[in-house]
Amino acid sequence: MMLTVENVTCARGGMPVLSGVSFALDAGQALVLRGPNGCGKTTLLRTLAGLQSPLAGSVTFPEDEGAYASHADGIKAQLSVTENLSFWADVHGRPMPDDVFTSFDLDDLRDRLAGTLSAGQKRRLGLARLGVIGRKVLFLDEPTVSLDGFSVRMFADFLRDKHLAQGGVAVIATHIDLGLDAPEMDLTPFKADHTATGGSDEAFL
Amino acid sequence: MIALLARDLRLAVRAGGGFGLGLAFFLIVIVLIPFGVGPEASVLTRIAPGVLWVAALLAALLSLDRIFALDHEDGSLPLLATSPLPLEGVALTKGVAHWLTTGLPLTLAAPALGFLLNLAPAAYPYLLASLALGTPALSMIGTFGAALTVGIRRGGLLLSLLVLPLYVPTLIFGAEAVRLGSDGLSATVPLAMLSGITLFSYALLPFATAAALRINLR
Repeated sequence: MMLTVENVTCARGGMPVLSGVSFALDAGQALVLRGPNGCGKTTLLRTLAGLQSPLAGSVTFPEDEGAYASHADGIKAQLSVTENLSFWADVHGRPMPDDVFTSFDLDDLRDRLAGTLSAGQKRRLGLARLGVIGRKVLFLDEPTVSLDGFSVRMFADFLRDKHLAQGGVAVIATHIDLGLDAPEMDLTPFKADHTATGGSDEAFL
Repeated sequence: MIALLARDLRLAVRAGGGFGLGLAFFLIVIVLIPFGVGPEASVLTRIAPGVLWVAALLAALLSLDRIFALDHEDGSLPLLATSPLPLEGVALTKGVAHWLTTGLPLTLAAPALGFLLNLAPAAYPYLLASLALGTPALSMIGTFGAALTVGIRRGGLLLSLLVLPLYVPTLIFGAEAVRLGSDGLSATVPLAMLSGITLFSYALLPFATAAALRINLR
């Protein structure tokens, strides 16, 4: 098992939003999270990625293999496309793969400053980071926002051929159909009881 | 860490990076002081050490809220937190980068500005030494304050209030070293204290900064 999630309860602003979430993903599998706005998809993904600790339950995946991507791409407007990507390659201590520009249709934009890109192009640059850092366990929060149909297919191809096919796993929160052969999980049944206690920060502090 | 340092330095010197901000502020304050205080050379000589240090401190304060706020706004911070870099390393790198873009230029510019304030000739080596030893502490303490206030919109005021009291020891020993130097006395003790503060802050504050970041990232 690459990723095991057992009975996780997660909270936002001290209030439990989801409880009892369990699933397991084997190498090459993906899981699509569904649910209405505000049901806790982002909170769950941040908890899984380790940015916040779960109130209860456990998340296990190989150490130093998790990567998180959200609407905010961490793109520096004053750096060029190549500089942005090679920074993340350096931070992760990996060589810069050459095919990543082609995979995300960034070939013509290599030397453009990221600040001059359109919203969709920026999004592609943000997603291209995933191709650079080579992490096996991806937590993706609405990866296709502001992408056109062509780019969505391109990203789905990348996930299928370059990531899942090489033994990666992905947990994706999205409202549109990516065309991936992946099971979907509706988060509505896991909605936490708001009267439940345990949302305090005491244990952490 | 080197990649992060190189990126931060590159961002600082590109358009809108705020590289010249602290330096320009320092220059303006020091140029204005003689106009406000009057041209009497002996008065300027007496107040020069304190004024130079206060101005350098405020100039360093000016760019503190950029340390983490920009990375927080564009989402780099959670990405750095999940990268192989330990957050302690990120904190240390940010402090060093802030010093290289603020403290170091201030230190190098200070002798020229000391001339404008009629600083005693004997004080110049002490001015350089005290700023070189003291401004790294200002950057690291400021990085810690920036981490505490990272999620807060317009947290600049809170940041200043948090950080200024922590700057006081550095200011006292820094200005004292220059004052003793200008009187021709030995300034070993304040310089040793300054080095102590700097070493102490670089040894401990990266851990405190990382803890503050972890809480603010949740």
